[in-house]
Amino acid sequence: MKNVLILGATSDMAQAIARRFAAEGWGLVLAARSTGRLEPVASDLAIRSKVPVRALAFDAGCFDTHQAFYDAIDPKPDAVVCAFGYMGDPMAARTDFAEARLTIDVNYTGAVSILNIVAADFEARGQGDIVGISSVAGDRGRQSNYLYGSAKAGFTAYLSGLRNRLAEKGVHVMTVKPGFCRTKMTEQLDLPAALTAEPGQVADAVFRGLEARRNVVYTLWMWRWIMLVVRHIPECLFKRMGL
Amino acid sequence: MRRISDWGNYPVIEAETSGFDSVEQLRSRLAEPGELIAYGNGRSYGDASLQSRVVLTRRFDKLLAFDETTGELTCQAGVLLADLLDVFVPRGWFLPVTPGTKLITVGGAIAADVHGKNHHVDGSFGQHIRSMDVMRNDGSIITCSPARNAEFFNVTVGGMGLTGIILQATFRLRRIETAYIREETVRAANLGEVMDGFEAPGEWTYSVAWIDCLARGDALGRSILMRGEHATAGELVNPSHKHAPLKPGGGMKLDVPFMMPGFALSRLTVQAFNAAYYGKCRSGTQARIAGYNQFFYPLDSVGNWNRIYGRRGFTQYQFVIPKAAGREGMHRILERIAASGLGSFLAVLKLFGEQESFISFPMEGYTLALDFPISFKAMELFKELDAMVADYGGRLYLAKDSRMDAAMFARTYPNADEFRQAVAVLNEGGTRFASLLSRRIGVTG
Repeated sequence: MKNVLILGATSDMAQAIARRFAAEGWGLVLAARSTGRLEPVASDLAIRSKVPVRALAFDAGCFDTHQAFYDAIDPKPDAVVCAFGYMGDPMAARTDFAEARLTIDVNYTGAVSILNIVAADFEARGQGDIVGISSVAGDRGRQSNYLYGSAKAGFTAYLSGLRNRLAEKGVHVMTVKPGFCRTKMTEQLDLPAALTAEPGQVADAVFRGLEARRNVVYTLWMWRWIMLVVRHIPECLFKRMGL
Repeated sequence: MRRISDWGNYPVIEAETSGFDSVEQLRSRLAEPGELIAYGNGRSYGDASLQSRVVLTRRFDKLLAFDETTGELTCQAGVLLADLLDVFVPRGWFLPVTPGTKLITVGGAIAADVHGKNHHVDGSFGQHIRSMDVMRNDGSIITCSPARNAEFFNVTVGGMGLTGIILQATFRLRRIETAYIREETVRAANLGEVMDGFEAPGEWTYSVAWIDCLARGDALGRSILMRGEHATAGELVNPSHKHAPLKPGGGMKLDVPFMMPGFALSRLTVQAFNAAYYGKCRSGTQARIAGYNQFFYPLDSVGNWNRIYGRRGFTQYQFVIPKAAGREGMHRILERIAASGLGSFLAVLKLFGEQESFISFPMEGYTLALDFPISFKAMELFKELDAMVADYGGRLYLAKDSRMDAAMFARTYPNADEFRQAVAVLNEGGTRFASLLSRRIGVTG
């Protein structure tokens, strides 16, 4: 049986991804900061799917614990989905460096820290899939959430480089850029229905992308074109837009 | 602020809504003072889960423990019965009690103490709860069961969410061999015949009758009595059923995409539908094997069917009257409804078994449920019916109601006053659990 390690497993998107892998017969190793919130998620998946499910504590921001965390996982996973993220308070992050740093540490530094460790293992084994859930927010910085966006931009660039490095080693690295997704993180926002994916759609895109060994996946096809346009707006216009 | 309503689309209100997926999150919601009520899947018909502030429970939906030998399940209260069926029917388990829709949460099923076609054999949903955890208004969690904190348990089952937020519950699923029901359908020419059918010896686990509320005279109460048992593997005949006995086919899925205009439901269209439905069923007894969805949840296959009643919305008038008063009482009430010409497609008759709960709806007797589009004439009719129901010693189902007054509640629920006092004590200090329903019927101030 194949095993997938899902980092940040309590988010709605990660839970949907876990359900999809379980439905395909994969064993689950779920990791999240709050084990109190993770345990019901783990028992739920175990009862629904009957696949083996393990729940582990993992804090993306505590870098020095990552090596021990990964070493303790046995057997080692066949795929890793890096799904944790921190939207934070974009207004506060403009002036409060602690908030800005937390945003960067979780979304970028923490991801680099754990995926470096995973990449070394996969490279040595000459196999494996690394899936990073990045964001369209990283495609271009906008005033409304550029700290989150810049951290995700860094993560996207990191995944791109990792893919380049591991392509010859038999390790598949996939960047996923969900557009709007209906989750608790966006519960309060009034999102355009046609552009908003359900967590289950993201999960489908992730699993299908994994099977097809895709490189970059936008979960709703429109987003690829929207972001293509957004990226090509001349900066002299872009800087005046209320985005 | 969001516009919310329950299934009848009457009333519709503006409310502040927020969900939760952890106990800590819910506790922080309760820390803000004021009134609130839990909102599950919005399938009560009237205003039982409406309030200016509601807590959405649907995200709190995890399965926590399942014992493969006894069928004992512990789950968070926001899970839908539909989800439980999807997971457990293929493994040979079914719900102990289910109402006519599977699109309700476990918490809602307990709060309304729902009943099903097997009430005369297995009682209400609440009677199957072995234990549950409820968050009180001060954020504390109370574990209760028929033996432990029994008083609190008894006020909470059927308590319409007024004692706290139900977090999780433990109950046992029932073993099934197949996902099919061996169904027998009997056409009854009038009310007397269908009641004979209900009261005939030889117990069926499931029984219910569809009744034509527009028929009058000798045909008053003409019905189709449907009875069923979980089919055993040996009873299946169709090769595709036999091949996968626990996996029934998907069936057709329809949807009502928008609110229908008011004229879609006139006396003529309803009369034509009822005549056709009754005529479709040949006289005598018919037997067939039906998938569980077809037998228990025929209306769930039509998404948003409430929209056929249009923007004005509808209500369901469901009452029960004691068995002793049943024949005469039901006859008089049906005559009054038939004379009004206001009846609807969906009128359902059932004989309940004995039940003595603190505040739940069921009692031994006949229950009739009918849908009515909201109108002034219907409201006038309900007042007349209320008086008749009360005179016969009956009562109305709170989960369906949107219009009964406090006097009717006090007169028909024997523990109405004790219930009001219990809720008042439980609500002391901090947040208060209250709904438009509880205010209207005088349970909360």
